[in-house]
Amino acid sequence: MRQEAKHGITGRGVDVSGGPIPRSVGYYGEAVVKPPVWTWEIPLYFFVGGAAGMAPLIACAGLYLGQLDLMRAALWIAAAGAIISPALLVMDLGRPMLFFNMLRVFKYRSPMSVGAWILSLFGASAVPAWLILELYTNDAFAPSIAPMVLFVTGLLSFGAAIFGLGLATYTGVLLGATAIPAWFLHRVFLPMHFGTAGLGCAAAILELLGFQIRPLYALGMVVAIIETLLWIWLEFDKNGPADRALHRGSIGWLIRGGAVLCGPLPIVLRLTNFVSLAAIAFLLGALLSRFGWIAAGRVSGRDPEAVFASQK
Amino acid sequence: MIGEGIQSTNQRRHSFVDDHVEVGFFTDPSVCIGCKACEVACKEWNEVPDDGFTWTGNSYDNTGHLGASTWRHVLFVEQNRSKGNQIAGPMSLGGEEQDPFRWIFLSDVCKHCENAGCLEACPTGSIVRTEIGSVLVQNDVCNGCGYCVVACPFGVIDRRPAPLPDAGGAFKCTFCYDRQKSGLTPACAKVCPTESIVFGRLDDLRVRGTRRVQTLQESGYGDARLYDPKETSVGGIHAFFLLLGEPEAYGLPPKPQVPTIHLKSSWSAALATAIGAIATVALVFALFWDA
Repeated sequence: MRQEAKHGITGRGVDVSGGPIPRSVGYYGEAVVKPPVWTWEIPLYFFVGGAAGMAPLIACAGLYLGQLDLMRAALWIAAAGAIISPALLVMDLGRPMLFFNMLRVFKYRSPMSVGAWILSLFGASAVPAWLILELYTNDAFAPSIAPMVLFVTGLLSFGAAIFGLGLATYTGVLLGATAIPAWFLHRVFLPMHFGTAGLGCAAAILELLGFQIRPLYALGMVVAIIETLLWIWLEFDKNGPADRALHRGSIGWLIRGGAVLCGPLPIVLRLTNFVSLAAIAFLLGALLSRFGWIAAGRVSGRDPEAVFASQK
Repeated sequence: MIGEGIQSTNQRRHSFVDDHVEVGFFTDPSVCIGCKACEVACKEWNEVPDDGFTWTGNSYDNTGHLGASTWRHVLFVEQNRSKGNQIAGPMSLGGEEQDPFRWIFLSDVCKHCENAGCLEACPTGSIVRTEIGSVLVQNDVCNGCGYCVVACPFGVIDRRPAPLPDAGGAFKCTFCYDRQKSGLTPACAKVCPTESIVFGRLDDLRVRGTRRVQTLQESGYGDARLYDPKETSVGGIHAFFLLLGEPEAYGLPPKPQVPTIHLKSSWSAALATAIGAIATVALVFALFWDA
């Protein structure tokens, strides 16, 4: 009968082997918590926001050393990310027209609220910083006010660096402070992973833009080593059924693949002098990993056994 | 109570909203007959749209789970255990042994937590606490960010998908706030024919629930218990339940936690990462920069 039905039967039905009592976990295997409703925009936003958020930090280093070219490129990454990120977030909203309701209130106990404010303030400092620096390098200002302008853009870059650090790491807190077992069990890991990946991505994009300089090479090396250590930690910090979504099947390979591309592979590629390849591998790994974590949350949220196991 | 007629707290008018009295639901499966009148009354009064006629094949439950368009959900739990002092016959023809079997119905609903995960998570201030202690989503403010969905430890609230009316916003039980403001009782409690759903003052209901558990245990329902997680960070729920057996069988988490308890450790990790990033960038440029 189930086969004959053309539409309308979506359930799995009663487990009839051996009797009328269903043997699924919990209540007919129904989800205990709700899986996230977020679609592809959110992991992509995590990736873009991470790279953009960490870029002004490098811009500040560029300004300190008087390397305005490096600063310009880093601020360009930040400004581009500051424009793409809100667009992705708004696209994912159920009611995009009501986006500004995010800024009605500030709730420090809601990472979503803190994040919305961080992203807004980041955009408000990164975009003007980049614009002013572009104008400055194109000699748009009179020589008398030029030093003043450079000071202002430096101040804005500093602000962007501070808010950017929040932008690159709050996304880990956003996932960590939920009821999804695979996420909240790794609430300490996630901000570290997302922040490190963001810093690596910012450096990798700069290297691909032609800034293959020794500090960025070293930075790429350091973040790859940290990512390798984080990966080892994740592989050892297993919680049985509670976070099995992270380690199993295609999602397990997505996260593992992301970890290899962010960690061991760039180390080897850098040591063998394939710097551009190392940068590309890192960017790809960081992207895959974000998609893996959101997908794992979806599976973990639907898994009643994971919820029960996480509360033992 | 049944027998009190229109004097029952499920029927008589009240002024709990004006008097700022904390109210609650006490849902008791030992008298539930699984008629689903609560589901129907809820859908009708609140104009909750139809979200599909699907057969789950799970006992008589074709509702599935609570969600954006299901604010009351009657569970049909089948267990091979005896219900109270029930004497079970053999289930198969010619069998000798007893096959204990029980069929339990429980009307699930939003728990209106003391520390509500959805309310804490909401970035727009759309979700508020009302005068009667319930948790309410203001539909016109919600922008559908979806964070409350993953913040609810009971999997109650959800975002309503298109093409349903009002799609994109998060929805859940309103505790019939509109009815209560006019002194009416919530629609589900009003129609419950056996008063399995009891509406009333929260403190009265807690006393009543404890007494009911005692009565049931004395009559042989050894596994009767209250489900009101006061010892976890949720801090108790305003819509609490009597359960026969463990909460897992009803799809209820045994130790629900409000996700905000994870904030401290997670933000600390974020702060450490930020400091680490500053130190790393400073260090690589200090050590490896050659002008």
